[in-house]
Amino acid sequence: MENRETLNRNLAQMLKGGVIMDVTTPEQAKIAEAAGACAVMALEKIPADIRAAGGVARMSDPKMIKSIQQAVSIPVMAKCRIGHFVEAQILEAIEIDYIDESEVLTPADDIFHIDKRKFKVPFVCGARDLGEALRRINEGATMIRTKGEPGTGDVIQAVRHLRKMQSEIRRIKSLSEDELYEAAKQLQVPFDLVNFVHENGKLPVVNFAAGGVATPADAALMMQLGAEGVFVGSGIFKSGNPEKRAQAIVKAVTNYDKPEILAELSEDLGGAMVGINEQEIQLLMAERGK
Amino acid sequence: MRIAILALQGAFEEHRQTLLKLGVESFLVRNLADYQREKDGMIIPGGESTTILKLLKDLSIFEPLKKDIEQGLPVFGTCAGLIMLDDKHLGTMNITVKRNAYGRQLGSFFFEGDFDGINGKIPMTFIRAPFIEKCGDGVKILSTVNGNIVAAQQGRQLVTAFHPELNDDLRVHEYFLKMC
Repeated sequence: MENRETLNRNLAQMLKGGVIMDVTTPEQAKIAEAAGACAVMALEKIPADIRAAGGVARMSDPKMIKSIQQAVSIPVMAKCRIGHFVEAQILEAIEIDYIDESEVLTPADDIFHIDKRKFKVPFVCGARDLGEALRRINEGATMIRTKGEPGTGDVIQAVRHLRKMQSEIRRIKSLSEDELYEAAKQLQVPFDLVNFVHENGKLPVVNFAAGGVATPADAALMMQLGAEGVFVGSGIFKSGNPEKRAQAIVKAVTNYDKPEILAELSEDLGGAMVGINEQEIQLLMAERGK
Repeated sequence: MRIAILALQGAFEEHRQTLLKLGVESFLVRNLADYQREKDGMIIPGGESTTILKLLKDLSIFEPLKKDIEQGLPVFGTCAGLIMLDDKHLGTMNITVKRNAYGRQLGSFFFEGDFDGINGKIPMTFIRAPFIEKCGDGVKILSTVNGNIVAAQQGRQLVTAFHPELNDDLRVHEYFLKMC
């Protein structure tokens, strides 16, 4: 009675309370691991550079991903384009630990996401609200993260998405049972998933924050808002002192509700990534894949 | 009885829920001040062992925990928690552990196996799991799966390579509570 979906949800449970860091080289992966990352996301360019470079962003070179798998003992994740199930097959073939079907890359399909139940390896997907999260879970995602706005260093959208999700979860919880059918219709998801949220007051899978986290305070903010862990993309290796910042963010996620500890961690980190304000963004990645 | 659950990273909430079902009081340990509270036993959960080790050291919990276990504090380590107690980490158990012994996530699996001291099969979920390669003096093997040691006890220290906290079965936790 081995159930891949359960095992894949279980791996996400082991990542909770941790920080998953974007890395582009084996050296960066080692820095991330030594700093206490619970997993790394292997990609050729971090989101800030994808944003700056423009053009079509695709899955990374498998050779580069394998070099990162060899460099560290923690789980290694990698991104494929939304709807690009062949990129996902390739990532499964190199035994990736988690696939991120990610809006950071240019979508390959503007209607269909990948049928993630066809795969043995687990998937994490981005979501801006409860409907998106449950639709991805219905397709087989075993972990969810907020989309935020990748590569900006601006946390506002991650906050917006997480708050929206949490508030919708609270609303579903408060509904009477006969109102759940209409809620399922509105969210465009099966009744069973809505009913799970109603009964448990949470998603059926682990929910991380992502997109725009740049400081220990940002990470702790997401945790206090109810995230179960944090992805940090450009925020670490686009900053002045990646090693120190990475360690500080790891500790901030563990002691997210202890301002004295957070104050100490926030000292002397060097420059944070410069970032882009919401009004200056040319390309909204979070709009990709609903 | 009150059990401390190390909550630096990983699946600590699942242990808390399991203890709740057993009606046992528990609290989470995120820093040294939390650790210093009075307790009758300690659980080290699954998660990433490199992360947990780093935080144990950076938050100055490593040394007091090691000393307390050596002086008889009952401890239960699951997966990464098992690794924490081995000869390369806290060093309180005479065990040598192979990390990620079944490979990557594709090697994760579920099994129903025997557990010495508990009647009937125990559900065992292995997630990127380790196993024990070698046991030294004083270590009692409690369970093996396909010839690999996946549960053991040394005095008041209990370790499993699998995750009893992920299933509804409460018997392995009950086994630990009897040691406390």
